Amino acid sequence: MDWFPLWNSIRIAGIACVIVFFTGIFAAYYAYRLPRVWKGILDAVLTLPMVLPPTVCGYFLILIFGVKHPVGQFLSQFGIQFVMRWYGGILAAVVVSFPLMYRTARGAFESFDESLAHAGRTLGLSESYIFWRIRMPICRQGILAGTVLSFARALGEYGATSMLIGYTPGRTATISTTVYQLWRINDERGAFTWVMVNLAISTVILLAVNLLERKHA
Amino acid sequence: MGLVVDIKKKLGDFTLEVQFETRGNVMGLLGASGCGKSMTLKCIAGVEKPDEGRIVLGDKVLFDSEKGINLPPQKRKVGYLFQDYALFPNMTVLQNVKCGAGTIEKAKKYIKKYALEGTENLYPDQLSGGQKQRVALARMLSSEPRVLLLDEPFTALDNFLKSRMERQLMEIIEDKDKDINAHAEVIFVSHDRNEVYRLTHTIAVMEEGKVVDISEKHDLFRTPKTLASTLLTGCKNISRLAEDDKGYKAIDWGIGLKGEKYNKEKYLYAGIRAHDLRIAKTKDNLEYAKRDLDNNENVISCELVREVEDTFSVVIQLMPQNLENKTEYSLITYETSPAEWERIKNNIDTQNITVIIPEDSVIWMKE
Repeated sequence: MDWFPLWNSIRIAGIACVIVFFTGIFAAYYAYRLPRVWKGILDAVLTLPMVLPPTVCGYFLILIFGVKHPVGQFLSQFGIQFVMRWYGGILAAVVVSFPLMYRTARGAFESFDESLAHAGRTLGLSESYIFWRIRMPICRQGILAGTVLSFARALGEYGATSMLIGYTPGRTATISTTVYQLWRINDERGAFTWVMVNLAISTVILLAVNLLERKHA
Repeated sequence: MGLVVDIKKKLGDFTLEVQFETRGNVMGLLGASGCGKSMTLKCIAGVEKPDEGRIVLGDKVLFDSEKGINLPPQKRKVGYLFQDYALFPNMTVLQNVKCGAGTIEKAKKYIKKYALEGTENLYPDQLSGGQKQRVALARMLSSEPRVLLLDEPFTALDNFLKSRMERQLMEIIEDKDKDINAHAEVIFVSHDRNEVYRLTHTIAVMEEGKVVDISEKHDLFRTPKTLASTLLTGCKNISRLAEDDKGYKAIDWGIGLKGEKYNKEKYLYAGIRAHDLRIAKTKDNLEYAKRDLDNNENVISCELVREVEDTFSVVIQLMPQNLENKTEYSLITYETSPAEWERIKNNIDTQNITVIIPEDSVIWMKE
């Protein structure tokens, strides 16, 4: 059996998760400090990919990064082409899982007691110390939850991924696209195997989250 | 050294407009919750920015809107003790104190000084209320601030702990000259007049973002100048005033008031503290009060409405008789010891009590 889809899915989801971790937290912290009106607008824009069908997200990605479109053309000069390449999957996964990180992180920041940051400042602590050593550890529950959800969502991503990078065995195939392809060509056994792999990974992730939460409770 | 504060900041329904100066004395900010006391402290600490004005500490300008100066809180050397202490819950006591002290050695010194040995490795949620406050104090003082801002530090404590912590805080404030925090300015904020009275020297009374009265505490409690400060200093009897050819008349009590007959400034309210009232209980008393009673000046005939026993006193509510328009201010509150009230009750008719308002205890207010 060719294990490539497993390896490909994990590297796509893993890299996407790292990217979303930083951009999601940054966006959440930025939005959290905005005045209400702007917060509402930014919120709507950043959460949109969560409510749009993934195929619509994929459509927009092709519209932007397709080789015939300006951005795609510009990038192809440097040999970067997201369409039909495995790392295009990272792009799709980032777009679709970003709102989950952003939302949960913002919720965590909003429940943070701002007087702790005030206290830190009057004690002479730097802004980055306050952020990384006080704000982040106190908000870790929400941020951890957001990270796990984003990873799980990136791992399970199908719609935008299949539109942007398609299915090429050994090159762009992920677990979810493989399940569909094998089922389509009547390879029930193969499809079932990959379904079980997916199920195993998801169960392990959720168990790990539960364990972590109990440890901190 | 001295701290000069003169700031304006728009806040929702009202504008914060605060001006005061401290010179080595403990300054109290007294006001109801939501009047802008905490916001004033936050502006001094630099965690909130005023719209305009100046904040100067000694020869150091902390904020000046005209010159575009706004020092970050990290550089102001202003210590802030929060109402709920704002201890970092993810850090141990030692780590918390180190945030202010900078080094472990110094943190340990302060932990020893504030009797926190043995708690170094505990987290804030494992501490008692008193310990939490000592950690917050140690953390704040170890950063060697030149101004101490104390924001309702006793609100979260029960009564017994409160008086102990108060004593401790007073010692720290008085200990200033022996400590590295020498000559720190102290500003204490509270809505509790007794607390402010016990702990401070000068009191500024705040209402809706403005300082309505500011004076040395004894003066403030003896002769508050505004309605807001009279109420905040705990005066329970207040009447509106009207002027006629004989002088001032207390509308809500239906009597004339002696003293201050004519003054260039017009008074709008008069007040009398519950424990300053006298009740005529002997013949002599009555005889003495008779003339005033006939003139309808400074003496009110009342009937007993209710008596409420407090922990160490009795609060008696009285309603003036022969009053045409009774208002919510007409009810008169008299306070005395339970023993004294027993003596009075045995000598008088509770349906006809002669209440005397001593001339020199009347509080006159212009606004």
